[in-house]
Amino acid sequence: MLEVRGLRTQFGTGAGAVRAVNGVDLAINPGEVLGIVGESGCGKTVLALSILRLIDAPGRIVAGQVLFEGTDVLAMRPRALTALRGRDIAMIFQQPKASLDPLMRIGSQIAEPLRLRGGRSRAEAWREAVELLGAVGIPNPEEKARAYPHEISGGQAQRVMIAIALALRPRLLIADEPTTALDVTVQAQILELLRERCRVLGTALVLVTHDIGVVAQMADRVAVMYAGRVVENGKVADILGQPAHPYTRGLLRSAPVMGAVQARLREIPGGIPDLTRPLSGCAFAPRCEARQQAGAARCDSQAPPSFLPRAGWQARCWLQAGAPQAQPAPEAWA
Amino acid sequence: MSLAQSVAAPAEAAPQPRRGGWRWAMARLLRNPSARIGGSVLLLILFCAAFAPWVAPHDPLHVNTLGRLLPPSATNWLGTDEVGRDIASRLIFGTRYFLLICLIASTISGGFGILLGLVAGGGSALADTLIMRCTDMLLAFPYILLVLAIVAILGPSLWTAMAAVGIAGIPGYARLIRSVALTVKREEYVEAARALGASEAQIILSTVLPNTISPLIVYLSYATPIAALSAAALSFLGLGAQAPAPEWGAMLVNSRSFLFTAWWAVAAPGLAIFVAIFSMNLLGNGLRDVLDPRDV
Repeated sequence: MLEVRGLRTQFGTGAGAVRAVNGVDLAINPGEVLGIVGESGCGKTVLALSILRLIDAPGRIVAGQVLFEGTDVLAMRPRALTALRGRDIAMIFQQPKASLDPLMRIGSQIAEPLRLRGGRSRAEAWREAVELLGAVGIPNPEEKARAYPHEISGGQAQRVMIAIALALRPRLLIADEPTTALDVTVQAQILELLRERCRVLGTALVLVTHDIGVVAQMADRVAVMYAGRVVENGKVADILGQPAHPYTRGLLRSAPVMGAVQARLREIPGGIPDLTRPLSGCAFAPRCEARQQAGAARCDSQAPPSFLPRAGWQARCWLQAGAPQAQPAPEAWA
Repeated sequence: MSLAQSVAAPAEAAPQPRRGGWRWAMARLLRNPSARIGGSVLLLILFCAAFAPWVAPHDPLHVNTLGRLLPPSATNWLGTDEVGRDIASRLIFGTRYFLLICLIASTISGGFGILLGLVAGGGSALADTLIMRCTDMLLAFPYILLVLAIVAILGPSLWTAMAAVGIAGIPGYARLIRSVALTVKREEYVEAARALGASEAQIILSTVLPNTISPLIVYLSYATPIAALSAAALSFLGLGAQAPAPEWGAMLVNSRSFLFTAWWAVAAPGLAIFVAIFSMNLLGNGLRDVLDPRDV
């Protein structure tokens, strides 16, 4: 349904440009839940924003394609783009309370797209907004529809955002860290609600998160990002069970496991590379445990192509060099 | 509603007491002493303007050559002017000119200012540059000189004075609205609305415009007295309201030569202008206190 090909997004211009997204290939199938996971600054939010062309100056999408049902979103005219947003692809953000217009009743904020774009009358749109509020688990929806955003809690605000985003029944919902700003007890409920609503409407969900536990719980497939690239990509069961990429292994080791007694969580030593410099070789190589043991010179000099440890599972790592290759190695990554 | 049950809603934090609504702002305004004083005087002016023929004791245009420059008395509360017209009645009818000037000038500057500000702040960079350089040009002239120049082009009359003052006020409004638009456009909820397919026009009308109301009200209460004062100044210079009209600025100029023999003929319109402008400023201060987001 949605296919991202060779997407590159940079911030700033010239030599100092930060390559936030540096050649990402992804595919999302109808109705599935894809988790995009990675540490802060790995480009996952920029990737999500790039899909809907929400990158503002000084950011710029410099290369690639975002194909939605075969049409390139990046080549769309502004009018087609606004028609796509919300109706075909919707997005919700990290700060639910900041995402709602403080001067507008929440019922009106849900009703507005229904009225202006869904062709409902004022009364119909309001009735549907109240129904949607009920469907996202807001108690007393009729009364709450008349509330202003400052009168509701963060968790309720995210429920309202979900109602707004799904009001026009989009084919794909991109949720950028939807629970990061919320209380831990509310997080699980919001995630459950997201999954439930998407399943009911047949909407595919892209869940951007830094919490690999959330991915394990929610997603069908997962894409692990590092330094602006997808390093591993496949079914959740495969990847979380037996990660092929050393970075994914590191991520899993650094996350607490419910019920397990762990002496100490293991962090990945070092930090993310300077994204203003062109990378030769694997971006993760300087921090990679496996590379240090194997001492593969190739890791430092040549970018790894996608290898396929199993069908539908890709890992960009030279240590997988025994596995079949997904495609010819792409032209050297700038 | 099976969904609502399956995704059970938790008892999330209770809503906070309602603050920041219009009714709440009104209540705060009524408790503000300077707003109360300014507001009452303005209400009195409004009352005088609405019911001038009933409130005024005499005909403001009735000339009585036998009773020229009479001092204040029981029949002529504030005395008479150089052709024997009752000053009190003229002041009362003058409220109509005062309010008319405020209304027309603010409508012109506000209307065009808001429009230009929204286009500059919400539209393309080219429109922004064009509009802002034009306002820079207008602002480069001293205010009163600009007003005089516009009157010189349009010809002196009450209406051109109001138009001139209105035009000279446009850049201030345009800049204010532009700055609000630029701030609001950076807000996360605008980004969220854009992500869900709101067009730029829709964002400006349904998100930016409502956000301009509170700064606009405050600015209105500062810019309007300046406009009224300038219009009175124009009348004083003979470029605004013309001879028999009981406009306060025009009254000043006619009686100024009798300052030492009949001070009341000058003091009365002068005080009227002072009190009206001062009460507007007082109300403006009160409004700013009430609507300032830092206080809320």
